[in-house]
Amino acid sequence: MSDRTFTLDDLRRILLESAGAEEGVDLYADISDTGFEELGYESLALLEAGGRIEREFGVSLDDVNLSDITTPRALVEAVNELLSVDTAAA
Amino acid sequence: MTTPVVVTGLGIAAPNGLGTKDFWAATLRGESGIGPVTRFVPDQYPARLAGEVPGFVAEDHLPGRLLPQTDRMTRLALVATDWALEDAKVRPQELNAYDMGVVTASSSGGFEFGQNELQKLWSKGGQYVSAYQSFAWFYAVNTGQISIRNGMKGPSGVVVSDQAGGLDALAQARRQIRKGTRLIVSGAIDASICPWGWVAQLAGERLSQEDDPERAYLPFDPHAAGHVPGEGGAILIMEDLATARARGARIYGEIAGYGATFDPKPGSGRGPGLRQAIRTALDDAGTAPGDIDVVFADAAAVPDLDRVEAEAVNEVFGARAVPVTAPKTMTGRLYSGAAPLDVAAALLAIQDGVIPPTTHVELAPQYDLDLVTGAPRTASVRSALVIARGYGGFNSAVVVRAAG
Repeated sequence: MSDRTFTLDDLRRILLESAGAEEGVDLYADISDTGFEELGYESLALLEAGGRIEREFGVSLDDVNLSDITTPRALVEAVNELLSVDTAAA
Repeated sequence: MTTPVVVTGLGIAAPNGLGTKDFWAATLRGESGIGPVTRFVPDQYPARLAGEVPGFVAEDHLPGRLLPQTDRMTRLALVATDWALEDAKVRPQELNAYDMGVVTASSSGGFEFGQNELQKLWSKGGQYVSAYQSFAWFYAVNTGQISIRNGMKGPSGVVVSDQAGGLDALAQARRQIRKGTRLIVSGAIDASICPWGWVAQLAGERLSQEDDPERAYLPFDPHAAGHVPGEGGAILIMEDLATARARGARIYGEIAGYGATFDPKPGSGRGPGLRQAIRTALDDAGTAPGDIDVVFADAAAVPDLDRVEAEAVNEVFGARAVPVTAPKTMTGRLYSGAAPLDVAAALLAIQDGVIPPTTHVELAPQYDLDLVTGAPRTASVRSALVIARGYGGFNSAVVVRAAG
């Protein structure tokens, strides 16, 4: 379906749009392995960001347990895996 | 059991002034915040005036994390709380989380936020609705967000009884303090000047359809024809007197008495409950009618309701026996925010020895009230009565009194 990839910059932008940034947190620093909790995002913020990723990238996160995904790196990988499955199926 | 409960901090967001200083200065100048609605295009609606809070830029006061998850009323409430705590010289992070609670009132919840999300639901589909819709529209959201931002984990809640709720919340805060909680953030801020909030208010048939801001909201006037809706209110820091004194706090005054009643079923032939609410508040305060120096009226500007209020005041105090005022003629009716703002004004009246005016009103002769119109009146104010009524039959009254 898509040859798009989901990058850390996409995630940064979507996090900012959907939930803002915690005071004192620089999303443009190297945050790949910083926990979402440490970045100031609770489960609802991730749910909101997840909804935007679904809409924008045409994937479904229904089978992904967001609470198991604790870092930006893990989320970027999970979304790209969904994108590659979609591409392979197309 | 009946430890005195006092107000030690004020945070105000009103249509005629953002912040206590601006609000009080404008109020004493008789300066109104009522004007054409600017938050949406009101042309197609029968009511087109509102009291909008001027100059509030949420981004200047609140962290980015809070903006996507808050309605305007919550943003105003959070900032008013910051100001009230600062005014009270209370640093919540230095107190035990369980010694502090939050009790606010709400009449509609976060309607503008809710409307935006419902529009997304209808036009684009459920997957476009914000996850924050789960709480951002809800009545209790101001209490919850104030609690989270300030780490207050003691007894908390929300009171919903339309405009009367603003006083009912202060009463509930006082109960919690008397049961042993050290500090309660109370009061209320409402803000629903959006099409959804507007049509909900229009359905009540009490909105003024006048387009001249000086002629639109005229309680106790022969031309009274409904009210102008407004947004804003006041947040109050409440503590028990001993705790406040021990920490050397500035004390605005005591929430000394409270009474509430509910009106009988229409057509029952039984009289309205307002007079009893006033009597109960006076008894609770241990105050005789003659000791009240000013009454802040509910001021519905609906002729039948004005008559009921004027009769209740005169039955308790005697005709023209007590000054009556309605500074809300300068803000519009703020729903749950109105009475906390009146309580704040009463406390400032005690502090400055001046009664703020009722603007643009010429008293209809049948009411026989000593209505303070035109200009503020210099007077020694030791005790004041604040009245608030909610749509559907809620009557509440609070006595505020100079401390000590």
